[in-house]
Amino acid sequence: MSVSTASRPTAAASAPLDLRRSSLPLRRRLVDNFSKVLMMLALLIAVIPLGLVVYYVIRKGGGVLDGDFLTSDIPRSARRLGGGMAPAIVGTLLTTGTAAAMAIPLGVLGAIYLNEYGKQRPLARLVRTMADVMTGVPSIVMGLFILVIWVLNVKEKSAFAGALALACLMLPVIIRSTEEMLRLVPDELRQASAALGARRWKTTVSVVLPAAISGIVSGVMLAIARAAGETAPLIVVMGITFEVNWSLSGQNTALPAQIFNNATEPYPGAELRAWGAALTLMVIVLLFTVVARLISSRFAIKER
Amino acid sequence: MTVVDKTATLTRKDPGRHADRLFWALCVSAGLAVLVILGLILASMLQQALPALTKEFFTSSTWVPNDPDEAGPLHPQYGSLTFLYGTVIVSVIALLVAVPVSIGIALFLTELAPRRVRGSVVLLIDLLAAVPSVVFGLWGILVAAPALVPVYEWLHDTLGGIPVVGSLFGETVTSGRNFMTAGLIVAIMIIPIITSISREVFATVPNSDKQAAYALGATRWEMIKGAVLPHSFGGVVGAVILGLGRAMGETIAVALVIGSAVQITPNLFQSGYALPAVIVNLFGEASGDLRASLIGMGVVLFLLTVAVNLLARVVVRRAEIRMKGAGA
Repeated sequence: MSVSTASRPTAAASAPLDLRRSSLPLRRRLVDNFSKVLMMLALLIAVIPLGLVVYYVIRKGGGVLDGDFLTSDIPRSARRLGGGMAPAIVGTLLTTGTAAAMAIPLGVLGAIYLNEYGKQRPLARLVRTMADVMTGVPSIVMGLFILVIWVLNVKEKSAFAGALALACLMLPVIIRSTEEMLRLVPDELRQASAALGARRWKTTVSVVLPAAISGIVSGVMLAIARAAGETAPLIVVMGITFEVNWSLSGQNTALPAQIFNNATEPYPGAELRAWGAALTLMVIVLLFTVVARLISSRFAIKER
Repeated sequence: MTVVDKTATLTRKDPGRHADRLFWALCVSAGLAVLVILGLILASMLQQALPALTKEFFTSSTWVPNDPDEAGPLHPQYGSLTFLYGTVIVSVIALLVAVPVSIGIALFLTELAPRRVRGSVVLLIDLLAAVPSVVFGLWGILVAAPALVPVYEWLHDTLGGIPVVGSLFGETVTSGRNFMTAGLIVAIMIIPIITSISREVFATVPNSDKQAAYALGATRWEMIKGAVLPHSFGGVVGAVILGLGRAMGETIAVALVIGSAVQITPNLFQSGYALPAVIVNLFGEASGDLRASLIGMGVVLFLLTVAVNLLARVVVRRAEIRMKGAGA
């Protein structure tokens, strides 16, 4: 909040100082303007690649993406032109959905522990720090972890293994974002509920969670969007399939894995499929991101 | 307060007292899950990687994973130094590019941008963070890498002649898949995280400090230099370390654009390899010693990122405490 007002006093102060501004030494004025140019340049440097990526994905992917692309199987030979991404789309929805089903309850409960029970106790602080650290664990490491602990024991690569890896990646993100949201719920609500004789769990489930639900949902959707784009763990633990596999067991594939595989093939058909898959993935990810933003801006609890 | 009374009436009427304990237990175990998972990662991966974690693994740069003649002079060797080198180089390039850009954007957002512009810029940076890394990789390998080759050649022609520094800008690999491209792509990917944390840090600079600088006749830049930057130095360092952690672990985009050549060279325009990239590329057909050494690299990567992240949290937290003290 202090930022939003920061520019106003400047403008107000510079009005009477305007005469003095022109009397400032040239070097100081130049340096000041130069710094402004640099800041805008920095923004431009970040935005140009974004624009280029979006442009290429839409231009190249748009030419490939049609009903056929979304519903046909992946060709067995990367050389072949045409074909579709249906198995990968199914795989992405299946793994991300299963991962969300595992990570959301665990993450929300963990956040409730941190904010409602643990607070500043040593254990809660440890969990909080470790959740932060876990956010930074590279996705490939999570893939190796699930491979070692699940795939090598069950002796089968599967969508479920992929979902486990994605759930591990989502868990800390959900915990931390949910905790932030729970912290915004005013204490008066909890006290009022307690005064009406509600038990602590009842208070949490029927008062605190509903009050924070929009923020929690938007955090969860951002986590899902991030998980849907994860590639490395899926390549390690999911295997490959060319036909739609709706089952959690048996080898499967996903959009990011297909983009990766096709991008490394030198054939034009594979290249086109990679762009098409990239556009499909971007649409899915952006859909989740935009909906999350809408929810959080529409229904956010006003910070006090 | 008559605590005894209250519990007495409640216990008689409300069977929910067990529910309360159950719910608490559920929440605690969910919180503990984080610790359990992190512990399991380390334990299970260490156990699998143990046979590979020899002295050679950490000190040798000889990587001969599949030698046809098992007993020959070139028996399989798994030295990981090459990959560690690539990871370091890519991370350094990424930070050198991303840090000034991110700080610039964060300053633009907090000190320069009008409120209306601010919202849309934040949205743009969020979008940048939302693009999956494999999409950046795809764009990098098919569009950016070939497009950058002429730039690299020009840099080689102009800077290649300078002693010492010139060795960084050697001959360009024709595909454009090299350390530099990988570093640049990773830079784009870590800009959002460094920007958002720096922005939060800059936002905590007390208004009074800024106004004091203006009152002394400072221009906007002098105010930033004198009030904003010194105040937020610690936090920005934390943000940079977090970005470093992300850069080290970035897998897919790097795997696509780094060129996958097992070599240590100062030439930034040559192909190389990085820890996460080699894991994801070679894992498909890996078994036995090769798999153990790849998992060993995973362990190294895990420990590195955990250490870097812990360091970042400590730095940010310490800076936060100091800033709160100054703000009050």
